Amino acid sequence: MVAVPLIRVVGLVRVFGAQRVLDGVNLDVAAGEAVALLGPNGAGKTTLLKIVATLLRPTRGTATVAGHDCVRDAESARAVLGVVNHGAHIYEDLTAHENLAFWARLRGRPADSQTLLGVLADVDLERHAGARVRTFSAGMRRRLALARLALTSPRVLLLDEPFAGLDQRARKWLEGRLEAFKAGGGALLMATHSFGRELGICDRLAILAGGRVALDTPRAGLDPQDVQRLYTAHTEELS
Amino acid sequence: MAWKDLVIERRSKETLNALLFFSLALLFVFQFALGPDRERLASVLPGLLWLGFILSGVLGLGRAFLVERENDCWEALLLAPGDKSAIYLGKLAGSLMLMAVVETLVLALFVVFFDVDLSHALPGLALVIGLGTVGIAAVGTLFAAMTAQVRARELLFPVLLLPVLVPVLLGTVKATEALLLREPLAAVAHWLKLLAAADVVYLAVGLLTFDVILEG
Repeated sequence: MVAVPLIRVVGLVRVFGAQRVLDGVNLDVAAGEAVALLGPNGAGKTTLLKIVATLLRPTRGTATVAGHDCVRDAESARAVLGVVNHGAHIYEDLTAHENLAFWARLRGRPADSQTLLGVLADVDLERHAGARVRTFSAGMRRRLALARLALTSPRVLLLDEPFAGLDQRARKWLEGRLEAFKAGGGALLMATHSFGRELGICDRLAILAGGRVALDTPRAGLDPQDVQRLYTAHTEELS
Repeated sequence: MAWKDLVIERRSKETLNALLFFSLALLFVFQFALGPDRERLASVLPGLLWLGFILSGVLGLGRAFLVERENDCWEALLLAPGDKSAIYLGKLAGSLMLMAVVETLVLALFVVFFDVDLSHALPGLALVIGLGTVGIAAVGTLFAAMTAQVRARELLFPVLLLPVLVPVLLGTVKATEALLLREPLAAVAHWLKLLAAADVVYLAVGLLTFDVILEG
């Protein structure tokens, strides 16, 4: 029996006014798999992530998360989703601890101090637990945003440039968490502009161009130069 | 949700300060417009009081979801699983507390500015103000969510809200007028029933439709 992919996108079309940003995207991400979504600015990476995240409705086509339709059964999809996009989703006038407590309670998760401090320690923010987020650097805010994911137990992760703004230590922490997530059977779809180390956790590369997946290939055996070559070949054809 | 909003407001004091200064400015304008004529003042005081409450309410409620917009948290609210009406109730509770503080101060300033004695009417006034505030906050919170992501929200919000508040304005002004004329509470029972009915309708509509409004 073939397992149903945790993320399934079939014939996805999304039109904004006169602009057809997505034009028939098909993509599957299986349990225990990480797929990197590459493409130039305006290729539709964020649009695709937002549709799978149930934040945007497609013009046509379907997207399902763990078997739940992202439009007709959005609430069930959201219960298994973890999303980190460009916005950090943190309140600047709350402390790091208060932010985590708020989001934990909103999602019905444990919000006791010990749990929250443990999560903050994971992202090396324990010493700043009582500081207002307004005083945080961009990298610290990013780490706090990623710490929110640790409060829930998503089966599917949608990440938009998750490594942006992170120092080496935080990058290593995130790589470890994402590997553990995959090993636990989670599915990861990650938009990125990087061809380097960030792709290390990914099993496949999907290059978006012209509103479609121009190339969907295993990452194994590809070094950054190979990725650059493939990227250029599949995106410049359409420019 | 209410706890979060109150903590942020306590630290930033953006909305509270703006509302207090606005209320003070409004009272100065009323004072200059009415002059020392006590008879004219007595006849227009109920309307002025509620005009002050509603204008402050419009200003304050229009900012109900500002903190979500400014901190890029609107999508995160949408992504929270479960019944979104809990978010509506939390926002409503926060708005009610803020409006209660502002209205208490405005009422106190009214007493000082216009040298009026409200002591005989305080219990009844508290009931009328409570019912009126719930109605204003219930529909105001809903419309604030509706207009939060719209470009012309500062214009659209009061344009949408004020016509819907006519029943509340009517009930509160008439009930306040009667109470200030030392009529008993029983004499204004029909206005109180109108207010209570409006509150029930606004709350029900808010709870039933907030999910749809948040989804956009």
